[in-house]
Amino acid sequence: MPDSNTGLAAKSALDIEKIRRDFPVLSQAVHGNPLVYLDNAATTQKPQCVIERVREFDAEQYGTVRRGSYKMSEQATLLYEEARQKVADFFGAPDRKEIVFTSGTTQAINLVAYSYGRKFVKSGDEIIISNIEHHANTVPWQVLCEEKGARLRVIPVNDDGELVMEEYEKLLNEKTRLVAVNHVSNALGTINPVKEITRLGHSAGAKVLIDGAQSSPHMKIDVKDLDCDFYTFSGHKMYAPSGIGGLYGKMDVWESMGPYVTGGDMILQVTLEKTTYAKPPARFEAGTPPITQVIGLGAAIDYITEIGLDNIFEYEASLLEYGTRLLREIDGLRIIGNAREKASIISFVLDSAHPHDVGSMLDQDGIAVRGGHHCAQPTMIRFGVPATTRASMAFYNKYEELDALAESIRKVIKLFS
Amino acid sequence: MSYDNELYQQVILDHNRNPKNFREIKNATHHCHGINPLCGDDMTVYMDVDSEQGVIRDISFVGTGCAISKASSSLMTAYLKGKTLDETRVIFDEFHKMVLGEMDPEKQEHHLGKLKLFRGIREYPSRTKCASLAWHTMIGALDKKTEEISTE
Repeated sequence: MPDSNTGLAAKSALDIEKIRRDFPVLSQAVHGNPLVYLDNAATTQKPQCVIERVREFDAEQYGTVRRGSYKMSEQATLLYEEARQKVADFFGAPDRKEIVFTSGTTQAINLVAYSYGRKFVKSGDEIIISNIEHHANTVPWQVLCEEKGARLRVIPVNDDGELVMEEYEKLLNEKTRLVAVNHVSNALGTINPVKEITRLGHSAGAKVLIDGAQSSPHMKIDVKDLDCDFYTFSGHKMYAPSGIGGLYGKMDVWESMGPYVTGGDMILQVTLEKTTYAKPPARFEAGTPPITQVIGLGAAIDYITEIGLDNIFEYEASLLEYGTRLLREIDGLRIIGNAREKASIISFVLDSAHPHDVGSMLDQDGIAVRGGHHCAQPTMIRFGVPATTRASMAFYNKYEELDALAESIRKVIKLFS
Repeated sequence: MSYDNELYQQVILDHNRNPKNFREIKNATHHCHGINPLCGDDMTVYMDVDSEQGVIRDISFVGTGCAISKASSSLMTAYLKGKTLDETRVIFDEFHKMVLGEMDPEKQEHHLGKLKLFRGIREYPSRTKCASLAWHTMIGALDKKTEEISTE
């Protein structure tokens, strides 16, 4: 625990021990040590209420959606659309029809690159991303630019991992069609000023997509306030099942777009000569959706809403502060990404050991962290490292677990030096 | 605390710290570049082969990677120096099967010598490629592969 004069422990309104009991997996032992799960930026564990809701739905309420005229289907459709409403409320979307379900953020960004990009981006246009994007918010735009003869431009970052806003302003011009940046960097934890990014993008006449995969589990999001055109999320990073996520989009933007995946359920009418498309969101949800996963997502949103996003942000900020302080005290350890505004992610390198060795060694102590390039190779290149070790915290993590992390890192350094 | 697994034995830690044959060979008869795209390990293997005798006169490597890949490269180069090309291919095949768990040097006959200390890697499927990158790159060099060797 932090010592009493830091006041860190007193900050939280959350009963962490009680929260931990909601997550069955956290009581596991790994290699004889209690599991310390610090890979939450990759994926989060599931609370019992989500596990149970998924089981209950499959056991008692499962049916296809938007098709059958029998009770099971009508009931499932109702619950499915209720979950959509929960997502809309969670992100502050004015209308639940502005929420489209996809398999996650990767597919959400590909949807926009395909449906918006293929239609509105022309030769000579420009798309802006940043130097600290996940590959999911890099590659779809590279492919689109190549196909269209458009130009991909990149907002640089400073040595602390913060976007250089003056450079962003210089990149914007009348050719800028789209700006796509993350709200929180998965590799460094930087929280980007997305409201300002959106305002500036709009003033240049561009549409703005915010990749919210790393922000949505950790802070209150209000898409109306941000005024962005698209905001993406991944369910499995917010305590919901994997295979479900999606994006908010402004209704007028959705309506201007053609379909992405085509097939059943996204049509108005099909004849052998011509097909007309359904209104959003159905236009973008061809085929039978992951129904059970959507129900699980709804349950996860209920759960984190009850805990409170403000409480979560505050507690995780104290974990970040505590962990950062502990790790900074370790000789031979360098933290990559020291932005003033950061989410609960600490990326670091050791002088003596490679991130993959660190990962395997910490695993022996039951500590799960990620070692690698975090699907953000341009970020690694910018900071001159092949890879980092990343500890990413969630509200079920404890100060003691960060003590264990620091102790385990010291052992690695001792063994490898 | 003890890391009582077979992954980070003292030999591996020593070779990671002071790798053998960690240098370029000027005028190498064979060389190849290998990468592991998943983790970013990157190395080049150089060989000086006596083509008349079919013997590896010298073999070396340079590059960046984790302890497992560095130690594996170091031990491989030390072991293969002076071996014939036929022996080398047999050893490659045995090493490859061992790290995949298809051959157990504790139970089967082999020509791996002390390279059998990499047997434990079979327990860590995500790290198998760290140990085998040098080997695939070496075979790529022998086969005069001009494109990059990838573990994927």
